[in-house]
Amino acid sequence: MSVTEMFSNIQVFLCADQDIREDIRKVVQGLEQTAREILTVLQSVHQPSGFKEIPSKCFRARELFCLVRSQIGDLKTKFPVEQYYRFHEHWRFVLQRVTFLAAFVVYLESETLVTREEVAEILGIEVEREKGFHLDVEDYLAGVLIMASELSRLAVNSVTAGDYSRPLRISNFINELDSGFRLLNLKNDPLRKRYDGLKYDVKKIEEVVYDLSIRGLTKVPEADKDK
Amino acid sequence: MSTKGNPFIITHIIFCLNLVSRVDGGSRKRKQDFPQVQKPEDRQDSDVNSSSPVITAFKTFQLELDTRHDKYERLVKLSRDITIESKRTIFLLHRVTSPSVPSAEEVLAESDAKLDGVRQKIKQIAEELQGEDLYQFHKAFTPGIQEYVEAVSFQHFIKHRTLISLEDVNTRLDPSAEPQEREVLAFQVTPIDYLLGVADLTGELMRMCIGSVGNGDIDTPFQLSQFLQQIHDGFSYIGNTGPYEVSKKLHTLRQSLAKVEDACYTLRVRGSEIPKHMLADVFAGRAMPMDPDEGVA
Repeated sequence: MSVTEMFSNIQVFLCADQDIREDIRKVVQGLEQTAREILTVLQSVHQPSGFKEIPSKCFRARELFCLVRSQIGDLKTKFPVEQYYRFHEHWRFVLQRVTFLAAFVVYLESETLVTREEVAEILGIEVEREKGFHLDVEDYLAGVLIMASELSRLAVNSVTAGDYSRPLRISNFINELDSGFRLLNLKNDPLRKRYDGLKYDVKKIEEVVYDLSIRGLTKVPEADKDK
Repeated sequence: MSTKGNPFIITHIIFCLNLVSRVDGGSRKRKQDFPQVQKPEDRQDSDVNSSSPVITAFKTFQLELDTRHDKYERLVKLSRDITIESKRTIFLLHRVTSPSVPSAEEVLAESDAKLDGVRQKIKQIAEELQGEDLYQFHKAFTPGIQEYVEAVSFQHFIKHRTLISLEDVNTRLDPSAEPQEREVLAFQVTPIDYLLGVADLTGELMRMCIGSVGNGDIDTPFQLSQFLQQIHDGFSYIGNTGPYEVSKKLHTLRQSLAKVEDACYTLRVRGSEIPKHMLADVFAGRAMPMDPDEGVA
């Protein structure tokens, strides 16, 4: 095979690769738009009037997740399933965002940490790589950390809205989350940097709780003290 | 609250403490003064059940991430070994035209042995990646693979004066001695790693060109020039279709090509005027502007 033929073949390969990436980008753009819409719905819980409407907002968000599921379904068709990590960078950001939004919805509904399996179900994808388009554990963790920041903001705004008990519950939740993250041996990668931000969220929420406690605005529950 | 009394004093204390906390970030300091507010450490221990669902989940994440990172590190080590041994092979191959070396065949045989050693390591990479998505770990082993492509394509050029094809690179990855026994590994060099390896090869070819002139070989430079032009044309044809790393190497490639083309020009124009043993000096001084009076009879 001559040099020219060799490069010709490679050019064919590269063009095909570019076409796939173009297709993926278009779908991801749609996903990002949907993510923004879900965020707009959920952001309003920070406003004083928003607190009472939390259940209806969660319901609306869940409706929008249907669209996310179909968009991800479309994305899956754009590339061979066994080459997930070849194109992973294209959707990593938006996948982390929708993970955060799913975690936030679940927290607003039940005040628990959404599991990786639940997120995968909400998004219509797998947990294990071998089974298909999956949620990488690092993307799940990044989404959870984004939610932690959102919760520290929610703690502050809860107080402003007059809800003095929510920050305590957020505080317990975040502290448990922090304990979980401490178990991980992270490398110096973007996930590690994001995790480094968690301590500021922890601190912010502690300060909110402290501000409330010191003014006697919230009782520290007796049961917790005795544990 | 132990500080009942004048609300202004309380507010003042809190205000000062807030200032302190902003300066040193030590929220623990002031909490020690108010025993009924739990310390962060206490709160964590009392509220966190070590077998809570959250903690249990994070333990599995820890395991998954550790396993992944360990595999990545093993691949990085293999890649480094491959890089070192490939580079040594390239140095060895440069000696094939050197007068101090007895025969080209010996050098080539030794290079075969070295490259087989590299292929053993590549086989280990293939084993690590069995059942995995190779792109998940690609950054770990791509430097070594590129260096291997550079070495094996250099050897191929010396033997056959042609560019080894990507297909040949991949069918010869198995280090088994007999061609019939070679298996095609599940692990394959990607077209992009191949391109990047070939781009690096051009640097070695440029060195080979300058070196061969110094040895008095005036045929090889012209062969190399033509070969490099073909490779350069190939990369130009690809242009920016490839990833950024490929475009970056194009710049260095152009410089190598320019040196080789200038060397051929000098040989053509002035080669008959200069004694062979001085050719090397001429090319060493190539970076400096030429004195127009030099070499005029």
